[in-house]
Amino acid sequence: MLPRDFIPVLITFLVVGGFAWITLLATHLLGPKRYSPEKMDTYECGVDYRDDARSRFSIKFYLVGVLFVIFDLEVVFMYPWAVNFRELGLFGFASMGVFLVILTIGLLYEWKKGALEWE
Amino acid sequence: MTETIAFLIEKSIVAAGFFVVVLGVVAYATLGERKIAGYFQDRHGPNRAGPWGILQPIADGVKFFAKEDFIPDRADKILFVIAPTFTFMAAGFIMAVIPFGDRLTIFGREVLLQIADINIGILYILAISGLGAYGIVIGGWASNNKYSLMGGIRTSGQLISYEIAMGLAIVALLLDHGTMSLRTIVMQQSGAIWHWSVFTHPIGFMIFLVSAFAEASRMPFDLPEAENELVGGYHTEYSSMKFGLFQFGEYTHMTLASGLIITLYFGGWSIPFVPIPENPGILWGLLTFCAFWAKTLLMMFVFMWVRWTLPRFRYDQLMNLGWKKLIPLGIFNIVLTAGLLLVFQSMGLTN
Repeated sequence: MLPRDFIPVLITFLVVGGFAWITLLATHLLGPKRYSPEKMDTYECGVDYRDDARSRFSIKFYLVGVLFVIFDLEVVFMYPWAVNFRELGLFGFASMGVFLVILTIGLLYEWKKGALEWE
Repeated sequence: MTETIAFLIEKSIVAAGFFVVVLGVVAYATLGERKIAGYFQDRHGPNRAGPWGILQPIADGVKFFAKEDFIPDRADKILFVIAPTFTFMAAGFIMAVIPFGDRLTIFGREVLLQIADINIGILYILAISGLGAYGIVIGGWASNNKYSLMGGIRTSGQLISYEIAMGLAIVALLLDHGTMSLRTIVMQQSGAIWHWSVFTHPIGFMIFLVSAFAEASRMPFDLPEAENELVGGYHTEYSSMKFGLFQFGEYTHMTLASGLIITLYFGGWSIPFVPIPENPGILWGLLTFCAFWAKTLLMMFVFMWVRWTLPRFRYDQLMNLGWKKLIPLGIFNIVLTAGLLLVFQSMGLTN
């Protein structure tokens, strides 16, 4: 059973999602339909289409993705600590300090390794 | 049982009502943006549809519906249709936890002017705004167009980088407030104007503001659609209301991001120096509602002002700012905030 607080969130999902899908359906039904092969072609600034778009792209984007997973997990880790900080006091500060030092060393390492460089 | 039904009806009315208000603000934000752009560039902006161009958003909407809704032959049909709704929904879902106002009493029933006051409000917002990247990436991928794909990939890199900075700024804020409920955060900022978090967390506010611009992919961070490099970026192949939903989603995101900045740093719906009454009437509810929107509209003006003032970043500059400046600054800000809180606590001060 869903907690009572979350039922309004579900109602919001229905309202917003319903609006989005009804809009799409309406535009599908209302708009004109005129098929022509040129129109359905992929846009390439007027040049004839060549090569599939799904080719290789820079490894940098994968690297950023991996770094994001690491850092975002660590940020999520900090939320419960932050909320309870006033009760944890000095002990909490010291333990999160150790964690932050390790995190910073990781950031410095990838910085030095050139993982953050875009040339 | 009747209590449950009354609860469901109340929440449905509140949710639908706020959605209509947000849609109205979003529609007129498009007009406002073009008017402001016009005045910045010493011209009138749209002024043909109704006096002062007041009917322009309606004309735009009708035009979107009357256009042909086509899917390019090489596109992935299912993903191509899903992507715009995804972008719009991810932006709109944030609405569920934003406190638009305090309470009001109507027909003997106390109604909260917030759709859901959940105790993990901030986590919910981070989770939902993280989904925003998917709509754009899926759209860019499904179009099977080189410009779209590049726009989509750039977006994913940008959004995830600035999400970390945003998260770090919020951690510093949570240290002080000790709660994730947005309503409680607003209540703690009520009273004197110097209770606003923007005065106690200036560094965090700057990080959050810059990240919010990047997350909403607004100028100077609008690389996903950089029109002079990528034609239209991820929505190059989109037409009619599918394109409209992308556009709408972007403005919804901007509106609700402004609302979030107001809630977290500028006291939300609270009115400075006015105490919160024990038994709120209709008037109090409406006043707080107006206070929230007045502040939010001012914040949205700042978004537009920046758009027409600053040039666009280059992609490497964007990544440098995110990873090499905002993230170290965010970590430093957490240590600073935590240290200061400990010092104040040991001195016996509560704030």
